[in-house]
Amino acid sequence: MPNRKKWNRIWRARQLYLLLLLPLVWLIIFKYVPMAGLQIAFRNYSNRGGIWGSKWVGFQNFKKFFSDRQFSTLIINTLRISLYQLAVGFIVPIILALALNVMKNGIFKKTVQTLTYIPHFISVVVLVGMLLQLINPVVGLYGAVYQALTGTRPVDILSNPASFPHLYVWSGIWQNAGWGSIIYVAALANSDQQLHEAAQIDGASRLQRVWHIDIPTILPTATILLIMDAGKVMSVGFEKVFLLQNGLNLSYSEVLSTYVYNKSFGAGIPNFSFSTAAGMFNSVINLILITVVNKIAKKLSDTSLW
Amino acid sequence: MKKAKKVRLSFSDKVFYSAVTVFLTFMGLIVLYPLINVVSCSFSKPEAVISGDVILLPVEFTLEGYMAVFRTNRVLLGFRNSAFYTVAGTLINLFMTIICAYPLSRRDLPGQGRIMMLFTFTMIFGGGMIPNYLLIKDLHMLNTVWALLIPGAIAVYHMIVMKTFFQSSIPGELLEASQIDGCTDIKYLTEVVLPLSKSIIAVVTLYYAVGHWNAYFSAFMYLSDQNLYPLQLFLREILISSKVDAAMLADDISNKASYGLEYVLKYSLIVVATVPMLIIYPFVQKHFVKGVMIGAVKG
Repeated sequence: MPNRKKWNRIWRARQLYLLLLLPLVWLIIFKYVPMAGLQIAFRNYSNRGGIWGSKWVGFQNFKKFFSDRQFSTLIINTLRISLYQLAVGFIVPIILALALNVMKNGIFKKTVQTLTYIPHFISVVVLVGMLLQLINPVVGLYGAVYQALTGTRPVDILSNPASFPHLYVWSGIWQNAGWGSIIYVAALANSDQQLHEAAQIDGASRLQRVWHIDIPTILPTATILLIMDAGKVMSVGFEKVFLLQNGLNLSYSEVLSTYVYNKSFGAGIPNFSFSTAAGMFNSVINLILITVVNKIAKKLSDTSLW
Repeated sequence: MKKAKKVRLSFSDKVFYSAVTVFLTFMGLIVLYPLINVVSCSFSKPEAVISGDVILLPVEFTLEGYMAVFRTNRVLLGFRNSAFYTVAGTLINLFMTIICAYPLSRRDLPGQGRIMMLFTFTMIFGGGMIPNYLLIKDLHMLNTVWALLIPGAIAVYHMIVMKTFFQSSIPGELLEASQIDGCTDIKYLTEVVLPLSKSIIAVVTLYYAVGHWNAYFSAFMYLSDQNLYPLQLFLREILISSKVDAAMLADDISNKASYGLEYVLKYSLIVVATVPMLIIYPFVQKHFVKGVMIGAVKG
């Protein structure tokens, strides 16, 4: 391509570049500079040396992390919560959307939809606050009902570590299943009605139509969402786990992201380099996961993120 | 659809429809019940809440809890701060997202694809907690309102949603026509594109606003001055970490708070903190689905 022509096109787009200038500066400072900051995982970070001047130590921090006696527990805890979340969080919105789609448009359907969207707007702090109030063994609803049924006070659910994954996952379902179903409901509404009519003439029951028409309709959407979820398998979000975490349930609730926090800001002597190494391990695994899953999906179904 | 009504349902279909209705009713009730319980507790007498008498409706209706909430200084302070972060933050978000999404929506922009890659890559990889913290520290933004407004100025996902809307819903002929008339790109954006994009702007505004109102993490990480705390951080102290015990709250509220008031206060707080977001929701509900869909199409 002649250079002149190229520069001409660039010159004509100068106002567009002007608009992009600020976002690009922002992107570099707030997204790419922190990536450069990851180098402290290979250094021994000190306040004086900072990111660029602390001593290089190679893979020492990673080695220390892999040989940490908590390492396997962390991975297991993280995977337990996220796979549980992935399975339930993927299926429930689909079932909800399929059920909603079976109903005719009307007040009932609208009401159920609007109701199930509401919790999405509740903040994670309030959600956890509500949860703690409701499951409080003394003054909460759970305590009251348990006492009414059995006459004894229940044990505190929060102090039982094994119940932590259930609390985490099902409170998430309560909050987001309705919201997650929107996308499927919309895909189903746009589906080909002629298929349904033809199937009805052939005598297909509604259940058969769900199975042979509705489910195939949402399959591409579901694939995309599953890829995106699968890429996050190693990243259980910090915010909710941290709020639900307490000294008694740590054996199930300490996941990679909270570990990073607890070893740095939560520790008496923060070890920034070590925590960054742990966090970086997490991000790299995620990056690999999402790339692999995307490739597999592309091969199997032609549906992929990129 | 009208035709379907005339078709007589077979027995198995009747069973199926009933089962689905039961299932959906069940789902609706499961979502609704905790909400009702919280609201009812917030309007009930403290003694009733403590002894677990509030099951469905308020017991001995009272506004004590709410009066206590609005007498608690830190709640009022948090409310004011959160309102500021939400309004200022959302305005910054909108400005930055629009000036980013529009140029990237233009396929004739040389380098568009590569710049887009730079943005999308940050969705799947990032520096993480500590490098981000060190950046904010090095920029001297710790303990300033900027730490809550600038680092999240663009949510790449929302930017892509907006970009996709510009590409799919603004007719290309408009651009050609305006270019013939000698209209510059910036003028075209402000006078043609934006007026045609009200629905997507409404959606993205709400996404951002809800995000700011509900956020606690960056405030938790970057702020130590209580005067800057958003509501969610005070809520965390009161609702979750028992940092604020009953006695301290009672001090805050009044000297002779009635027995168990702090429990009711928690319920009232939950309601007060959530209602502002629920009020704006119905206004944009119909656009919302559209926004979710545009995001989905792009994937």
